[in-house]
Amino acid sequence: MSDEQDTTPMDRREALKVIATAAAAASLGDAALPSTADAQATVQIAPRRRPAAAAPPKTGPRGTPTDPDLLNARANWPRLLSAPELATLTALCDMIIPADDRSPAASTVGVPAYINEYVSAPYDWAERSLVRVRGGLAWLDVESAKRFGKQFVQLTVAQRTPICDDICYWMTAKPEFKAAARFFGEIRNLTQSGFYTSDAGMRDLGYVGNVPLAKFDAPPPEVLRKLGLA
Amino acid sequence: MAAYQLAVAGLKVLVLEAGRTYDPVRETPMFKLPRQAPLLGAGTKHKPFGFYDATVDGGWEVPGEPYTNAPGTDFKWWRSRMLGGRTNHWGRISLRMGEYDFKPKTRDGLGADWPLTYQELAPYYDRTEMLIGVYGGDDDLENTPGSPAGVLQPAPVPRATELLTKKHAAPLGIPVIPAHLAIMTQRQDADVLPKKIHPDNPLAQRVLAQSMRQRAACLWATPCGWGCSVKANFQSTTVLLPPALLTGNVDIVPDAMVREVTVDATGKATGVNYIDKTTRTDRKVTARIVVLAASAGETARIMLNSKSSLFPNGVSNGSGLVGKYLMDTVGAGIGGQIPALENLPPHNTDGASGMHMYMPWWLYKEQLAGKLGFARGYHVEFGGGRGMPGPGIFGGMDALTNGAYGKRLKEEARRYYGSWMWFDGRGEMIPNEDSYCEIDPNVVDQWGIPVLRFHWKWSEHETKQAAHMVKTFAEVIEAMGGTVNEKVETDGAKVIAAGGQIIHEVGTCRMGTDPKTSVLNQYCQSWEVKNLFVTDGAPFVSNADKNPTLSILALAWRTCDHILAEMQRGNI
Ligand SMILES: Cc1cc2nc3c(=O)[nH]c(=O)nc-3n(C[C@H](O)[C@H](O)[C@H](O)COP(=O)(O)OP(=O)(O)OC[C@H]3O[C@@H](n4cnc5c(N)ncnc54)[C@H](O)[C@@H]3O)c2cc1C
Ligand code: SF4
Repeated sequence: MSDEQDTTPMDRREALKVIATAAAAASLGDAALPSTADAQATVQIAPRRRPAAAAPPKTGPRGTPTDPDLLNARANWPRLLSAPELATLTALCDMIIPADDRSPAASTVGVPAYINEYVSAPYDWAERSLVRVRGGLAWLDVESAKRFGKQFVQLTVAQRTPICDDICYWMTAKPEFKAAARFFGEIRNLTQSGFYTSDAGMRDLGYVGNVPLAKFDAPPPEVLRKLGLA
Repeated sequence: MAAYQLAVAGLKVLVLEAGRTYDPVRETPMFKLPRQAPLLGAGTKHKPFGFYDATVDGGWEVPGEPYTNAPGTDFKWWRSRMLGGRTNHWGRISLRMGEYDFKPKTRDGLGADWPLTYQELAPYYDRTEMLIGVYGGDDDLENTPGSPAGVLQPAPVPRATELLTKKHAAPLGIPVIPAHLAIMTQRQDADVLPKKIHPDNPLAQRVLAQSMRQRAACLWATPCGWGCSVKANFQSTTVLLPPALLTGNVDIVPDAMVREVTVDATGKATGVNYIDKTTRTDRKVTARIVVLAASAGETARIMLNSKSSLFPNGVSNGSGLVGKYLMDTVGAGIGGQIPALENLPPHNTDGASGMHMYMPWWLYKEQLAGKLGFARGYHVEFGGGRGMPGPGIFGGMDALTNGAYGKRLKEEARRYYGSWMWFDGRGEMIPNEDSYCEIDPNVVDQWGIPVLRFHWKWSEHETKQAAHMVKTFAEVIEAMGGTVNEKVETDGAKVIAAGGQIIHEVGTCRMGTDPKTSVLNQYCQSWEVKNLFVTDGAPFVSNADKNPTLSILALAWRTCDHILAEMQRGNI
């Protein structure tokens, strides 16, 4: 996924950086705070004995798949799902994670784009996943047409629901729905991954970490009480 | 460690590194979120432990540098090609080996004894822990030695999951105590520690103090495996190389793939030959002393590839034991869902990213009495809780909720988030004749260097231990009122991790008291080539359940003291 797909303005990361620096400064004491230049000097390498003919050593990531630039990451492969496929996928993702009073729907935080990135990835497993997802999306339209004479995107939520009910769990699905249920399970898994790694999703769950702290506190008393540890 | 110790002692050191330079201060993706990475940061074949993992050109495969497995063997060899090697992304678990661990054969008749005792290495453990910064408690249990007062940093407060586990493991007789990790919970005292660590060495004191002042305490956020830009955990690149470079005695040549140790007619090492990867040309350097620290596998590979008329089977391989007695750690694990942890009030459980508590091996007496059916022990690493959501989160929820979707899914996610826990055993493997590496005569890497071929076999001591692990973890999970995620196998062979998979490969150049049955003496000095030393995991004689790196560091320090003494005596 990329930053732009999230609902939160992108200053979160910047803000975190500032907090991190502040926390480091606080714990280091001003006098001891290494300036960036200082810190770099200590790890800079001067290959004095390096043979003159050799090229100077390259520093920093080379941008290859095994040495990517971690700070400026991009999933730079072409996306393979078509616009109509994405529309069907979007409708399905929002059936799986709709908006409620605590957080928005899956599509609002860019989940369909993540799934497109996933099935289009340059790996063997993605190639197989692409087949399943395409097949599943096509099946949804066929099934929708059978039941309601329309494509899945054109159905109301009330019409989509019986279809989803039939395929929402592979273990209990009827034999004729097993394959579709596998597809549904895969999309649910990916939708949850995409949604709960977004800011909105993390907030929904009450994940409150990834912030620099001067001190790590013991679990709050209400947690200990609930666990019978107080 | 060797580069640092020799440099602060005033020696000129040339470090040849097969990978690229790497600067954790600039390169670590601190505070990045999964959604800012391709595929939400999930592992791929190029980055097996996730996109942000501090591994460069490595993993189970290194581009252009294959290894092979003998038929029937599925050994996995994790490498990385970067300055600082795997210390940039290791788990930082830093446990001392205990008294029994140095004399396993004396204790139960299996394997071999080390040519040194715990007491002999203990001072080096003390100083290594002070130097790198290790947190831990003050427990001093059977074969789980504590550290003297003032050596360790205070352990972090336990998380709720850890306290809950401790409570329910106690009736089963399983101790849960503070873990030891190479992470600083407070800043090091740069005015006091360097003098304690290096008495009588003003240069060492000066550079170490300067380096310590640049290290911050843990920020209680961000995964250690991505590296640490504030230098709060141990990586060679943030802790050992900066002070080493400050001495002015160290040069580092990156992209330098060593292929052979060269020797003269008298059998002394004269230096090494390496491939300069940037120009694909062969280079030669000479040295008074050669120290190999390329990881247990690579060191054996270099030695075996260093053939000469004096050493037709590889340098220092008169015993024929180079590559032999390769060991890994026994690994098996199981997870469970714990209803008590459902719907917990939100609170920050990030902590020091790794464990705050662990379970040391607790059944020494039962084992010695032959009651367990396997000879050696394991410790338990475990965790869970309300960590940062990543890809695959809630993968196990379908079965608990009968395939919930829609608004119900969101409610179930809130309920189940943070309610899963995992338990992993890390156990001792006994060295055996069938587990070793050798040169594959048919295959070279892209630099033309013959590659390693692995042979591997677990014995019943390991598979039975693995079965004991999962059975025990299931008991703990059930004692906590939870349900295990999967069927509990009784056949250990079905749950034991593949050889190499726990990434604690050691052995291959074991030390000993007899040149016929060992490659190195107790100072990791070659029996046959007096100025050749090894300071990685290759000298290990056994592989206690204690993760190896702290011992590698302590042994390397001891080796350097021996090198300096031998030089003073004029022996090398
Ligand atoms: C994910 C992970 C978690 C781990 N967790 C723990 C843990 O919690 N506790 C623990 O104790 N251990 C842990 N380990 C193991 C630990 O990383 C190793 O024990 C340790 O790094 C070994 O140090 P080393 O110097 O022998 O090898 P390495 O760290 O592998 O360093 C070897 C260096 O030599 C270079 N090199 C290799 N071949 C050549 C050559 N031919 N010429 C020149 N240079 C060469 C490499 O590029 C590398 O920089 C973990 C490992 C991994 C991968
Ligand atoms: S958890 Fe602490 S030591 Fe580990 S990377 Fe984060 S700040 Fe550094």
